[in-house]
Amino acid sequence: MRPLLFDDIDQPGLNTLAVYRRDRGGYEMLQRALKLEPEEILAELQKSGIRGRGGAGFAMGTKASFIPKGDMDKYVVCNADESEPGTFKDRELMQKNPHLLIEGICIAALAIGANKAFIFIRGEYDLQATILEEALEEAKRADMIGDLDLWVHRGAGAYICGEETALLDALEGKRGNPRLKPPFPAVQGLYRGPTLINNVETLMNAPLILRMGGDEYAKIGTERSTGTKVVSISGCVQRPGNYEIELGVPSREIIYGLAGGPDEGRAIKCWFPGGSSSPVLPGTDEFLDLPYDFDSMAKAGSMLGSGAIIVVDESIPIIDVALKTAKFYRHESCGKCTPCREGTNWTVKMLERIDSGEATPMDLDIMASVQDQIMGNCLCVLGDAMAMPIASMIQHFRDEFEAHIEAARERSGLGVSVPLVNRDDHAGPGPLLQPDGGEPRAAVV
Amino acid sequence: MAIDPTRVRRFAHGSRVPGWDDAADLTKPPAVVPDAATTPVPDELRLEIEAYMARYPDFRSAAIPALHAAQRLHGWCSPTAIEQVACVMRLTPGYLTAVATFYDMFDTHPKGRHDVYVCTNISCSLRGADELYEAMLSAAGDDPDFHVKSFECLGACDIAPMISLDGEYIGPLVPEDCDQIVADVKAGRPVLEAKQLRHRPAAGSAAPSAGEAGRGGERSETGAPPPTPGRAASGPTASHNEVEGPTAGERGPERHESPRRGDG
Repeated sequence: MRPLLFDDIDQPGLNTLAVYRRDRGGYEMLQRALKLEPEEILAELQKSGIRGRGGAGFAMGTKASFIPKGDMDKYVVCNADESEPGTFKDRELMQKNPHLLIEGICIAALAIGANKAFIFIRGEYDLQATILEEALEEAKRADMIGDLDLWVHRGAGAYICGEETALLDALEGKRGNPRLKPPFPAVQGLYRGPTLINNVETLMNAPLILRMGGDEYAKIGTERSTGTKVVSISGCVQRPGNYEIELGVPSREIIYGLAGGPDEGRAIKCWFPGGSSSPVLPGTDEFLDLPYDFDSMAKAGSMLGSGAIIVVDESIPIIDVALKTAKFYRHESCGKCTPCREGTNWTVKMLERIDSGEATPMDLDIMASVQDQIMGNCLCVLGDAMAMPIASMIQHFRDEFEAHIEAARERSGLGVSVPLVNRDDHAGPGPLLQPDGGEPRAAVV
Repeated sequence: MAIDPTRVRRFAHGSRVPGWDDAADLTKPPAVVPDAATTPVPDELRLEIEAYMARYPDFRSAAIPALHAAQRLHGWCSPTAIEQVACVMRLTPGYLTAVATFYDMFDTHPKGRHDVYVCTNISCSLRGADELYEAMLSAAGDDPDFHVKSFECLGACDIAPMISLDGEYIGPLVPEDCDQIVADVKAGRPVLEAKQLRHRPAAGSAAPSAGEAGRGGERSETGAPPPTPGRAASGPTASHNEVEGPTAGERGPERHESPRRGDG
């Protein structure tokens, strides 16, 4: 099929109003939406079945329908604080087709009856913010966006601001701390008004949905994951980049077909299906053959997230990946909730102990239990976003962690304290039986 | 023990926490909103901040754009810069300091004019970002104009490993590029123009189907030219060959000997 968002996206001048209107039918859908009742726009969005492209995968139409009706200050906020490691789709979309985003925001504002809208873009995206500001200026001058008060707001570098309530705090000029939910932003968000927050890619789909009709759009993809998805693929692949796929294509097709797979002669050790916050999946056929959509990824114990695939090949020690991941979340934790602030910090410390040779395999169990205690115990999911991948790495690669611990102990001169079970050369005491009758683990002398 | 105590960074009084004993004069009354009559604020800064304040239903929303403006003018978020913003916005310096210290792009300590953010997050480090960071540090040396900082994911994993030089994304880089970067900046030239992100074409615009291949042409009424076939294959392959530096894997298991500085 023809790509929707990436259709000839490199066309020169697409970021100007003239080309966008001439070749893409730009702002026609906004004109059509102006003649529709808000309920009709909402109905199209709901029929399309489009799910949020930012990470949580919540149905966009449903979210918009939560906004209370009536005469009050309502807001649309476009979440362009794309900071999830591995994700770079919004960057390319905003840089090359900014008017589509502006049109999408206008349509969303009409659907919920908002009169003020903001694009919260991360401060590092200087080029993209400038392009958006220019496009917005051009659209305002040509009287394209009606009486919607739309502004580009630059952030200043904080991953947590991608979380919707932290983003609202940052937009209100505070430190970006997440808020307690409920009330959800749809009821009480920016300046305590009802607020619709959507990702860049989600909003860019709105004009396309109106153009082809919600029912037509729903035919793309699978039944519960409709539409196309821009997948950012990076790490150990030969052709990293953004690829637009129809949801439901086999993951192998994306990793090997589009991105060329890892370098010759190397196998995939594991991959993050949806940014660094998603639990890793091993690079075995069982997982590579899964269709790439929201539900299949959830069923496999991971998530589609922001659609960022990071491929790790077999030459990379898993401890490196774990340490990088944990350090990132330690740095980005805002410090409001104790399990996240302390949990990320201690996970890094424990991983460093593993690398320096001070750990025993028991530390892996402590680490796994720390992850358990983070999950679900914080205001936002930043803590969970570290706990899930780390826990999944321990689960899938426990043997490698244990071997690394042994090797590091030997290097550091502490000696092998832990005879590995199920090894021919094992001469220590018998294996410890797991209380749940599971596979025996190493015994500590 | 395995940890070499000399490698643990120590700050004042042997503490591992930098700035724990920074002066906090508890006898001093808290700073109040600066008096506009006695606080000189450059006109262009005042006008810019006032324009930001007018955009938002609540003027406090302008705090981050205003701090950006002040940092551009003063080079860093100095006490003077914060006081000037506080004066225009009618906020206390304490409030703005709290905001400025939260975000990575605001520096409350003096820094060089040119920001060099080296992404050392997962995707970049899989392709050798840690070596690039070391090389960038040594290329910049102790030139006070350069502010080299290891940064979390900058959102450009397709050009990994990469840097952001004063907001300009450049990649994929090899450690040998660093000297050229420093030379270009000093000479005031565009830096490594061929590797700048703004000139890079999209990797994939051909969407594979989830089964039924024949469905298409939904957007034929837009009159857009047909997508170029084979762009997905021809796109970034060339640039990939430039990334053949030492990857994390080739360094092998001995890699732990180099001190890590990934946490920015």
